[in-house]
Amino acid sequence: MKKRRNLILTLAALILFGGFLYYAQHTFNPYILRILNLCAVFTIFAVTFNLIFGYTGQFSLGHAGFAAVGAYVAALLTMSAAQKSANFFLKPIISPLANVEIPFLPALLLAGLFASVVGSLVAWPALRLRGDYLAIATLGFSEIIRILLVNLQPITNGALGLKGIPSYTNLYWSWGAALVCIFIIKSLINTSYGRAMSAIRDDEVAAEALGVSLFKHKMMAFAVSAFFVGVAGALMANLISTIDPKVFLFFLTYQIVGITVMGGMGSLTGSTIAAILYTVFLEALRPIESPFTIGPLNIPGIPGMRMVLFSILLLTVILFYRRGLMGTNEFSWDWLIGLFHRKDTALAAPTGGAEK
Amino acid sequence: MSSRKLFSMLMSLVILASLLVGCQPAAPQAPAAPPTQAPAAQEPAAPAPAEKPAEIVIGVYEPMSGAQAAGGQQTMQGVNLAYEQKKEVLGVPIKMVLVDNRSDKAEAATAMTRLINQEKAIAVVGSYGSSNSMAGGEVSEKAGIPVMGCSPTNPLVTQGKHYYFRACFIDPFQGRVMAKYAVENGIKKVAIIQNISQDYSVGLAAFFKQSWNELTGSMDGIVSETSYQDGDQDFTAQLGAIGDAEAIYAPGYFGDAALLIKQAREMGFKGLFMGSDAWEAPELVSIGGPATEGAVFSSHYSAEAATTPASKPFVEAFQAKYNEVPSAMAALGYDAYMLVIDAIERANSFDPKAIRDAMAATKDFPGVTGSITINENGDAVKDAVVLVVKDGEFKYLSTVKP
Amino acid sequence: MTFDQLLQNLANGISLGALYALIAIGYTMVYGILRLINFAHGDIVMIGAYAAFYGVAMFILPWWISFPLAILLTTGLGMIIERVAYRPLREYPRINLFTSAVAVSFLLENLANVIFGGRPKAFERPAFMNEMITIGNTQVVSYTPFIIITAVVLFGGLLYIVNRTKVGMAMRALSKDIEATGLMGINTDRIILFSFMLGSALAAAGGILWATKFPQINPWMGVMPGLKAFIAAVLGGIGNITGAVIGGFLLGLTEIMVVAFFPSLSGYRDAFAYTILILLLLFRPTGIMGEMQAEKV
Repeated sequence: MKKRRNLILTLAALILFGGFLYYAQHTFNPYILRILNLCAVFTIFAVTFNLIFGYTGQFSLGHAGFAAVGAYVAALLTMSAAQKSANFFLKPIISPLANVEIPFLPALLLAGLFASVVGSLVAWPALRLRGDYLAIATLGFSEIIRILLVNLQPITNGALGLKGIPSYTNLYWSWGAALVCIFIIKSLINTSYGRAMSAIRDDEVAAEALGVSLFKHKMMAFAVSAFFVGVAGALMANLISTIDPKVFLFFLTYQIVGITVMGGMGSLTGSTIAAILYTVFLEALRPIESPFTIGPLNIPGIPGMRMVLFSILLLTVILFYRRGLMGTNEFSWDWLIGLFHRKDTALAAPTGGAEK
Repeated sequence: MSSRKLFSMLMSLVILASLLVGCQPAAPQAPAAPPTQAPAAQEPAAPAPAEKPAEIVIGVYEPMSGAQAAGGQQTMQGVNLAYEQKKEVLGVPIKMVLVDNRSDKAEAATAMTRLINQEKAIAVVGSYGSSNSMAGGEVSEKAGIPVMGCSPTNPLVTQGKHYYFRACFIDPFQGRVMAKYAVENGIKKVAIIQNISQDYSVGLAAFFKQSWNELTGSMDGIVSETSYQDGDQDFTAQLGAIGDAEAIYAPGYFGDAALLIKQAREMGFKGLFMGSDAWEAPELVSIGGPATEGAVFSSHYSAEAATTPASKPFVEAFQAKYNEVPSAMAALGYDAYMLVIDAIERANSFDPKAIRDAMAATKDFPGVTGSITINENGDAVKDAVVLVVKDGEFKYLSTVKP
Repeated sequence: MTFDQLLQNLANGISLGALYALIAIGYTMVYGILRLINFAHGDIVMIGAYAAFYGVAMFILPWWISFPLAILLTTGLGMIIERVAYRPLREYPRINLFTSAVAVSFLLENLANVIFGGRPKAFERPAFMNEMITIGNTQVVSYTPFIIITAVVLFGGLLYIVNRTKVGMAMRALSKDIEATGLMGINTDRIILFSFMLGSALAAAGGILWATKFPQINPWMGVMPGLKAFIAAVLGGIGNITGAVIGGFLLGLTEIMVVAFFPSLSGYRDAFAYTILILLLLFRPTGIMGEMQAEKV
């Protein structure tokens, strides 16, 4: 009964959301659209980081590298031959890549696949490490990927970057990918694989003793995560239409970790909310930098002030919402309905992923 | 407890949502806002000066934070000076809006969209860093808003773009200038040290080599080619590999260059240092000290050999305002802003399309960095000068025609 | 490569390594005690350099007042950061501490950008560090021996504090088990604060020496040295002070030698550093000097 009600509600919400996307895509101005698209990209980044760290307990700092792989694969596959030859004016692009041009969907999938393969290759040796050592090794891999992008000019155009990538990304693609990503990760978590992952997070030795294959499950978390990170990277490349290796500095990974922690480790809802808040806040704080007047006071804009305030906000959230905005809670219909019937069921607050 | 937390969280979400809506001036009501939906060509023809708008917005997007903040801040010195001198055009006050692009590509694209869709800029100035400019260029192209770049020298920036122009010359020309200088001064062996993570540096190094090959007929004179990365400050190993080079060509930013020069002299290198326009900042000398004496580099202008009457008053006004010598970036920022104003005046219109056409037709504009003519690619065609550090100051050496 | 060149490269590698080592010690101490990768450490290096710069350039202090003063100020900043941003999170998952460190790092960088400006500033070397010394055919500037000597002296002092004093003993106890140390009647808060003070002081010293060697300071100058020093700390076995020093010298020498021996691969230089790091972690997961830790069940 409850299950059916929830299913109907979920479907209704999806349809409503689809309607909103349709409305937004056709009426909102490009500025708002761009922000909404970035929200989706960062949602994928945060949700995937949550799968690796929040659910499987593997502290990986390789996101920027995986995103770079996805972005470059998609960019090189979707750019027209003419654009490519124009881009590679210092050193020509190697031949098989020069004339490839495929539609967006296969390019997205290939981007994900490539990133997933690279993710698994990185994970294979790195997973022998634990905790912070894993973090350092993956950070190293991510930087190695970036250094390769800078140096392999005939493939990536090096520091010159790529431009004129078709701007295929729109709300349907970005939020479509985000929803698929959330759905698949959510489903994965609720399978026996997911429970094995949580067991590994809670206690590796005990999990292994109980017969859980550490390697298989960690690898699965990495492969799935890297796939979607690659897709998100591809969405980003086709959103801003130009990329270069500097986009994928370890700074990007830090941002993703920050977002995920702000949302709450182990809460996909939290990751989504935090990703949206993060992107929106960065833009909403802009007026601080322009000059404004309060009564007779004329305060000149201080460029750079926005990032100062933003860091303070980030710090405040981390210090005062210590379990993140959502802790390990997930959004669920039961909880939402419980909110309305609060008086009758005073203690019906959810504790943990209750959405079934 | 946790549900209370959730509730407060939801509340903040609501507040945020309203914030977002708040800073979006009635987007849903204006679905047909011309610059957003289609290139501005559809906009009614240029308003006759009779129906003047209350004010017009000129956008500026520059890296004011992040790794390239130094360049953005230098450029803004020039832009701000220009704005102070020219606060209205065609009798309408100008509102200059600066947005920070955080030295980040994704953000540069967003910043440009903000300028166009939120601030309703009719023309844009920026950005330092070709990488940021390329991201903004994709947006402005679609929206049909003209942009005048100050110092993005990567040829890709204006390539295939009808709405992107620049006040500076491009890397191929500058690379050739220095190769020519070296050959003419009897240099036989050159070592190149490039910053491999900067398109600017990689491009210049490549074009220097190309010209060297054309001028001397072989690559034999390039005795070593080494690289460093952003953030590196130790160049001793690269310098150790230069062998018996008589000159070092190190196109890169002035901070790196100053350290490189200092270290090379400390290691006993006696030859010539050659560089590019990004060297032109007072910090080159203050950081590099006496070691920089005699270093030569290509740049955009020299107050001494002023090719246009605008240079001298600019340098004086700049020194009065900031109490320092203007850098090349500041001068280009000044010119880029003035080029936009000039285009609006010649177009006699606030229509972005008309401004774009006027910009494309810019001919012999007397900029402080020289006489500027925009060619069919949207790049400035102008002379380059070769400067030398003498007694801690940049002295004019020669002029090279394009 | 001639022998003279090799000597020259060795001298450069060792002085770069000494700087990495000084900064790496701060990383490793904090990690040893709190298991926190303190990513704000590189930015403390930057603040130290700026404090010394303003002491000399703005308040016209001689360097022997300005430098110690800068170290003192930076130490105070390190204490404030520990008190405000790290202590409240000590009981929480370590990822929170890590994120807090990242946020502090953003804050310091952006504050410096707004207050000091993004343009690099010229750091003035004290005259006695600017002398040329010629040994055979090798030239070094007097800051090179100065940096190495200072690093060795500071390292010796630190070893003395850690191994021979009561505070040091408490610090070592803390790194084994915070809770048990508290039960022994030791004020753990104070000892942790003290470790941060030491770490920040060393970072400030490292920053000032860095600025004398590379006399160009900017708000982002701490990022790369911070990351490199962190790698050095891990190479040596994070949590181990001697290891951090060995790791620092190793990394400094590797960076110089890779470019010196393979100039055409100089674009890949950092990739070498990371590859060595990853290989080392795979074959000796706790670094050169790190202890093998038994898995606690």
